[in-house]
Amino acid sequence: MPEEKRIILKHADEPGYTRDIECYLKHGGYEVLRKSYKLKPEEIHSEVMDSGLRGRGGAGFPTGLKWKFLDRKSGKPIYLICNADESEPGTFKDKQIIHKDPHQLIEGMMISAYSIQAKQAFIYIRGEFFEGARILEEAIEEARAKNFVGNNILGSDFSCDLVVHRGAGAYICGEETGLIESLEGKRPYPRIKPPYFPAVLGLYQSPTIVNNVETLCNVKHIVEMSGKEFAKIGTPGNTGTRIWCVSGHVQKPGYYEFPCGGLTMGEMIHDVCGGLLPGRELKAIIPGGSSAKVLKADERFSGKLKDGTEFDWSIWDIPLDFDGPAAAGSMSGSGGIIVMDNSTDIVQALSNINAFYAHESCGQCTPCREGVQWMRKVTRRMCAGDARKDDADLLLSIANQIEGRTVCAFGEAAAWPVQSFIEKFKDEFEDYPANGSVSSETGDKQLV
Amino acid sequence: MTHLENAMQLSKETLDKIDARVEKYPVKRSAALPLLHLIQEEKGYVPEEAIEWIAKRLELEPINVYEIVTFYPMLKRSPMGRKHVRVCRTLSCALRGGYQVCKTLQEQLGCKLDETSANGEFSIEFVECLASCGTAPVVMVNDEHHENMDDDKTVALCRELKKTSA
Ligand SMILES: Cc1cc2nc3c(=O)[nH]c(=O)nc-3n(C[C@H](O)[C@H](O)[C@H](O)COP(=O)(O)O)c2cc1C
Ligand code: SF4
Ligand code: FES
Repeated sequence: MPEEKRIILKHADEPGYTRDIECYLKHGGYEVLRKSYKLKPEEIHSEVMDSGLRGRGGAGFPTGLKWKFLDRKSGKPIYLICNADESEPGTFKDKQIIHKDPHQLIEGMMISAYSIQAKQAFIYIRGEFFEGARILEEAIEEARAKNFVGNNILGSDFSCDLVVHRGAGAYICGEETGLIESLEGKRPYPRIKPPYFPAVLGLYQSPTIVNNVETLCNVKHIVEMSGKEFAKIGTPGNTGTRIWCVSGHVQKPGYYEFPCGGLTMGEMIHDVCGGLLPGRELKAIIPGGSSAKVLKADERFSGKLKDGTEFDWSIWDIPLDFDGPAAAGSMSGSGGIIVMDNSTDIVQALSNINAFYAHESCGQCTPCREGVQWMRKVTRRMCAGDARKDDADLLLSIANQIEGRTVCAFGEAAAWPVQSFIEKFKDEFEDYPANGSVSSETGDKQLV
Repeated sequence: MTHLENAMQLSKETLDKIDARVEKYPVKRSAALPLLHLIQEEKGYVPEEAIEWIAKRLELEPINVYEIVTFYPMLKRSPMGRKHVRVCRTLSCALRGGYQVCKTLQEQLGCKLDETSANGEFSIEFVECLASCGTAPVVMVNDEHHENMDDDKTVALCRELKKTSA
């Protein structure tokens, strides 16, 4: 059975570990901050470059490279924003960090802020995390009292304030430019890139770095162990650990931290999560949050990896890192693995996903605003007992007209589930009975 | 401003929090959403006057505040029940029986989805993924989470909620 390797969640669930600063200090907390402030900002940056760290928010973009894009010539203030919007369906890892080890995030942020020389940092947290926001605010006050946040941190000439900013129930605020608009006090309409790359024209039109909670925590561990040591964890190009969130039809859903590529999908589902529910068989897995393309149980995945090695995998063989699910035609996204067994009505499942995107589109671009509503209407009608033979083709044609024609990646996020569900389960869509749900023999749950 | 002050009647505590909040941002406009949260926390919703009040406070046009109020699902323009029940309707919860939980809640609390009960005690609302999918299905009552819900737990929760009703 593959062993968890907990770096980010090392203390989170330890008996007796509490989230207050005294406990954090007892466990060596803020020592890395002390060490960092003796280094030059560029030295920290080169550790992050050496580490190969890729963003944990969804796109897996190299963090060091993102920081390098900062426009330092403009002379404008630089901002650091932690993306704690955690709204991708199937994802629940950042919440664990915030609730159980908030000082780890604050330490990671203050090291990162020093490295990029941001004098103001924000944590943008989703509105439903009432308790998370309170915990963070308390933790920041504790850290400020000890001079880890605020003016002349640890007696240095570097000052940085940290503010918690709450959202109000809109998924699009997780998209970094939507987040920035929201933080500016506007509707969170994502901005078009170019020219609005946050590193150049971000918050208040100033250079801004937006990173995920887990990403910023990793920075602390990188400075602690050195970038080169960090890069030894995981596999080349997929360094460090990842917190995977498994939900749906498994015996032991939950969050599990492993070295990238340290286990396969099969090991995760069977060994770590205790397998499927009794008497059930696998139907499909969404490997990276609901935006990721669905994988079908009996598919074969073959091709060539980036390094040229050939692969031929079953769904169980897919390595859990950034590149594995991508090689299988999907993505590791936010690390949210959603498992569906043979009791699942696949049309209802897609209808549930469509309802999410229809509710969350910001409405700025016509193909997205109209397309997601239309797709939702079609699958809802199908589930209500009025399925038509050509619905599959209709859904696919709508999705294809959204993809690539929108301001932000939400368009793809909404199109990919439809495209992949139809491609892989076409017969179930085409043969969907005109009197509603397929069968209840397996005791399937209503999904819409 | 005075007629607005009168109409709003915010507590000293909230007014202090508002002042402290505005201070935190390099640009005042950023405080618009936090101020809406603060007012909603005190009033239970965002009263019409709050839009103009915040606009004045932050030197904005009312439309700038209005566009936010009408966008974010968590901002409410009329009072919700004293016990605001949010049920997750997204996939991981649905796969684990979230829709059944929602049905049971409605029956037990005598309150329909998207409505507020006649006595003003309960509102039930579907919300999107609450980042608790590993302990699905989940329900929030005000700011408290209830995880791994099933029929029995839902009935027990409703009994508790009704016991503490006014
Ligand atoms: C529709 C949409 C929703 C997103 N939601 C989140 C989110 O909830 N949390 C998050 O960290 N990143 C989210 N992202 C990704 C962010 O835009 C951004 O890439 C990320 O915060 C960068 O951090 P990282 O480089 O550390 O991964 C979302 C992206 C899109 C397109
Ligand atoms: S793609 Fe959708 S969510 Fe993104 S900006 Fe356009 S309408 Fe808004
Ligand atoms: S799907 Fe319900 S909490 Fe995520």
